[in-house]
Amino acid sequence: MFRRLPDAAVAVVTIAVDGLPVSARAGDSVAAALLAAGFQAFRTTGVSGASRGPYCMMGVCFDCLVAIDGVGSRQACLAQVREGMRIETQRGRRPVGP
Amino acid sequence: MTVEFDVAVVGGGLVGAALAWGIARAHQRVVVLDEGDIAHRASRANFALVWVQSKGLGMPDYAAWTKQSSDAWQGLAQELKQTTGIDVAFSRPGGFTLALSVAELEARARLLQRLHNQPNMVRYPYEILDRDGLLKRLPQIGPEVAGASYCPLDGQCNSLRLLYALHVGMRQLGAEYRPSHVVHAIDYHNGVFFLRNSSTAVRAEKVVLAAGIGNARLAPMVGLRAPVRPQRGQIVVTERAERFLDHPLVTIRQTDEGTVMLGDSAEEAGLDDGVGLGVTSAIASRAVRMFPLLKSLNVVRTWAGLRVMTQDGFPIYDESSSRPGAFLATCHSGVTLAAAHALVLAPMIAAGSLSADLDVFSARRFDVQTAA
Repeated sequence: MFRRLPDAAVAVVTIAVDGLPVSARAGDSVAAALLAAGFQAFRTTGVSGASRGPYCMMGVCFDCLVAIDGVGSRQACLAQVREGMRIETQRGRRPVGP
Repeated sequence: MTVEFDVAVVGGGLVGAALAWGIARAHQRVVVLDEGDIAHRASRANFALVWVQSKGLGMPDYAAWTKQSSDAWQGLAQELKQTTGIDVAFSRPGGFTLALSVAELEARARLLQRLHNQPNMVRYPYEILDRDGLLKRLPQIGPEVAGASYCPLDGQCNSLRLLYALHVGMRQLGAEYRPSHVVHAIDYHNGVFFLRNSSTAVRAEKVVLAAGIGNARLAPMVGLRAPVRPQRGQIVVTERAERFLDHPLVTIRQTDEGTVMLGDSAEEAGLDDGVGLGVTSAIASRAVRMFPLLKSLNVVRTWAGLRVMTQDGFPIYDESSSRPGAFLATCHSGVTLAAAHALVLAPMIAAGSLSADLDVFSARRFDVQTAA
């Protein structure tokens, strides 16, 4: 669905999405990196179980929530990728607790 | 003079809607005159507890009235489900009040002992649990929790759906709902009440004032008085989470939809229903001390509501002697008392007079001479 612009010789970082390695570019937001890698649904809702993915890409809609390095419900569009970052897509309601 | 309605209910919040539902169910023609969406409306801001423990110190009749409502609540929820299809998510698993120190626990135990030692106090079970006893029931409590009081009668519901169900239900029963209809004056001629706004007058044989804080303004129009004031309560709510808590606590509960509600302050702030970081952070901090696992959750919303408070904290139920057919109901527990209002008080109003059991709730109790 999304293609990267053919410019920039930007450094590549590797993140893990649901345990699988994914290449991203330094400076990507987590949401941009996942979209570029072909992920569209980042989570399912806690109400109906319907799929949700990034909508606004600017911190407003809260539809791009993922777990980042073990912390749930982070806005993927507002976090920048880092080498070795662990991302988990979310299924339904968040577990409570550490 | 022809009347359009048997009963005009002023106020469409939980108290007015429960009464209108119950009166319409008793086959009377009912109209509900309500304010608009910007009304101060505790019915949309409350904590949704159906709560019994600790209520009624100073007025055992209030403890009995509360228990009577709690006992009738399941029936109300079932009838609303059957008639409207709306599930108000009532459950009665028993509720806890947690203490964060031994001193708090001892103060709680003394308070409940005084409550239950009152003459004519209604009998129901409760327990004081020490930390070990509490851990068996709530294993997620934090290290500072010293114990809790527990009462098996305490419950909870989804109060927004309760308000919705009562509105749907009362219209099914033939009641008419008129929003944005602020009552400016109530006249009384030859047994008929004229409820006037700026343009029209509604005629009814009986009138019920159930307008919350607005009752203070309306009551003198029918020869009654309602000394009530707003008392602010702030609430914090988290994102939806997997179920971890089935029991309501007086300040923490997980809703049927998964959010965790944290409450609730009691502030004298007039009609200001704003929220502030000072109070909400104190609420959050206490909640995390009670359940440390809560600190991982995101807060999604805070709000404040205005309780309708009398000087002694107990409800007012009254009927006018100078304007027969005029009734007044006001309380700060429109959720807990919804079943009593719908199933006990409403039939009395439909029949035309309050039972003598309710005399104790008259505002005449405030008519005492001020000490010199």
